[in-house]
Amino acid sequence: MAGQAGSVSRADRLEVSGERSGLRVMQLSELPLSGPWGERHLLGLERLTAAQLTTVLDLAEELERATAGGSERLSTLKGLVVANLFFENSTRTRTSFSLAARRLGADTVDFSASSSSLSKGETFIDTALTIEAMGVDLVVCRHKTPGAPHLLSRHLRAGVLNAGDGTHEHPTQGLLDIYTIRRHRGRIAGLTVALVGDIRHSRVARSNIHGLVKLGARVIVCGPSTLVPTEIRQLGVEVAWNLDEILPEVDCVNLLRVQFERQRGAFFPSIAEYAELFGMNAERIRRARKDLLVLAPGPINRGVELTPDVADGPNSVILDQVSNGLLIRMACLSLLARERRAGSGGAA
Amino acid sequence: MSEVWIRGGRVLDPASETDALADVWVRGGRIAAVVAPGTVPADAAPGVPVLDAAGLLVCPGFVDLHVSLREPGCEEDECVLTGTAAALAGGFTTICAQSDASPVVDNRSAAEFIRLQAERARQCRVYPLGAVTKQHRGEELAEIGQLVQGGAVGFSDAMHPVANAEVMRRALEYTRMFRRPVLHFAMVPELAEQGVMHEGFQSTRLGLRGIPAAAQDIMTGRDIALAELTGGRVHLMCVSTRDSVARIRQARATGLAVSCDVAPHHLLLTDEVMDRFDPMYKCNPPLRSREHVDALIAGLRDGTISAISADHQPRAQEKKQVELDQAPFGICGLETALSVCVQALIRPGHLTWLQLIARLTKGPADVLGLPCGTLEVGQAADITLIDPQAEWTVDAGRFASRSRNTPFDGQTLPAVVKTVLVDGVVRLSR
Repeated sequence: MAGQAGSVSRADRLEVSGERSGLRVMQLSELPLSGPWGERHLLGLERLTAAQLTTVLDLAEELERATAGGSERLSTLKGLVVANLFFENSTRTRTSFSLAARRLGADTVDFSASSSSLSKGETFIDTALTIEAMGVDLVVCRHKTPGAPHLLSRHLRAGVLNAGDGTHEHPTQGLLDIYTIRRHRGRIAGLTVALVGDIRHSRVARSNIHGLVKLGARVIVCGPSTLVPTEIRQLGVEVAWNLDEILPEVDCVNLLRVQFERQRGAFFPSIAEYAELFGMNAERIRRARKDLLVLAPGPINRGVELTPDVADGPNSVILDQVSNGLLIRMACLSLLARERRAGSGGAA
Repeated sequence: MSEVWIRGGRVLDPASETDALADVWVRGGRIAAVVAPGTVPADAAPGVPVLDAAGLLVCPGFVDLHVSLREPGCEEDECVLTGTAAALAGGFTTICAQSDASPVVDNRSAAEFIRLQAERARQCRVYPLGAVTKQHRGEELAEIGQLVQGGAVGFSDAMHPVANAEVMRRALEYTRMFRRPVLHFAMVPELAEQGVMHEGFQSTRLGLRGIPAAAQDIMTGRDIALAELTGGRVHLMCVSTRDSVARIRQARATGLAVSCDVAPHHLLLTDEVMDRFDPMYKCNPPLRSREHVDALIAGLRDGTISAISADHQPRAQEKKQVELDQAPFGICGLETALSVCVQALIRPGHLTWLQLIARLTKGPADVLGLPCGTLEVGQAADITLIDPQAEWTVDAGRFASRSRNTPFDGQTLPAVVKTVLVDGVVRLSR
């Protein structure tokens, strides 16, 4: 990798001065890819094929092995700069992306709306161009407006990774949910997965739907009829309004957070009624399959989407999702970095 | 001066249902004769300048019922000078200036200012529209009588629906005595609130907030009922839905004074383009799905929709280079209107040329009773010459308009406006 020779990056210095010695070497050109990729940006799972999705999942598994479960660091992104552009509040996702980038040896820059010049009247695109001009290779973008990362991808040379665009998509969350299911069940094809809750306002639901359907799962979306638009059937899913009716058929249930902040007016009469109709509790767990996997993208509202005993119970894989998120984000960053290197005429 | 012999073109005059090769003679800025090719009228002066129209369509100049000129107050988007230049570039010789300047055109002097600026610009004809309610607030009627004195030919609150039915009722009653229609943007505000696109499968897929067709249908139904109640005249701007067209068709069949227009982009584009998340496609009403587009075309064919309006809504570049929900609605439409209509209506064979030209000339002129839109002898010689075979590639950077917010930039479209005359004087030639 010609681009890396000679320059001492901050990551190097950190390693040298840090306690952990011996950054494990895994060059971008040596990424163990099981299938095709070829994408400069990761904007959504709708645009990916089943083969590309599998490439990401397999790479995440390789990285899990290479880093002893995500705890050791690699040199894959050494010399690259990853900017986190967060125009919407997020602690979990941003932390996960920052950690993923650093585990791969990249430098990271955090940029959040509160510290931005948006309040000074600068357009979103100008802000992004300014940050890119500082020598950024990959931009991780979270924004409250659907399509904002797509807009960026048309104006920037850097690779753009969608970290959630409003109510549209959240591809890495979709991938980590699918990865978590695959790690526990060994496959996706043939499984029945229920997405429960506010489907209308959920980017997590859309990314899960696109990914799961392509990989051969049966997907049921379930929630209050005001929050489950029936047109969504055209994406290849089934629509249900009664959780208890579908529960016995379900292998995995993904409990989406009620998006109080995205709703325009009241979509259901009360939280108590929601919890009664759609909350996962011990009683429902008893009536479900014994090996039911309970996922929740979080942050969870305990007592609303699920009761604490379910969240902390044996069926819950919620914390696995968090650690798998790191692996998935490492995989996605590596894949986009690889394309960027190839595209910019560097070592291929 | 202003004498011309327009020779050898295909004359399309919807008022007389003429579609034939003919020569048009202009004298003193007015139509003097429309005669068989090569026939020289007995009273023709020698040496009249000839405009060779071989291979071209010779039509009345186009008429647009509502053009947002943005002056005064929003000159970063457009001004009367650039807006009228854009009109000429698109083949329009008469436009009605929408009342959405800042301050709002809700008083006599504001209307007179538009006319004064148009005189200074010396391009196409401009008639002001007055506001229905003060400051477009939908609460109190504007000084409608004073506005008529100031030259207002119709009344509109632009993109602001008159949501209160009682206020709309009084407006329709009051405008009756001036024999002027209310041009209404029929939309139930609470159903459209914060929407950025048509509500349906595509909005669900993209996670974008939708504006349901019902938001327009409900208000269209209300306006028809109020037209019946009051005997007033209501013109619905930019119909975009199947059921609105059906309701207007039925109302017209029962003899109510209800008319409507449609915008060219609603005839060519569907909501599927929104997956580009490009604010250039963001307009209100939003781009609808296929079944609505088909119903609009059927409405144009049977005359339910008697007018096409470019729905010219220029917006400065910086306003559109933002996130989709931040960007204002609107498409800069005058300069592409004809070509988009030809692509959507003529190429697939939905309309004849005579039908299309009628919707761009006599149809809108009749809504307001304006003395234009025909090639009748004695009329002002406002004439547009079109090359129907030519194609051009849209370059927004070369628009006459001050704004560039078009979704058609870079596209190759059919039909070129070659020459435009106003009062017999060539104002545009390319």
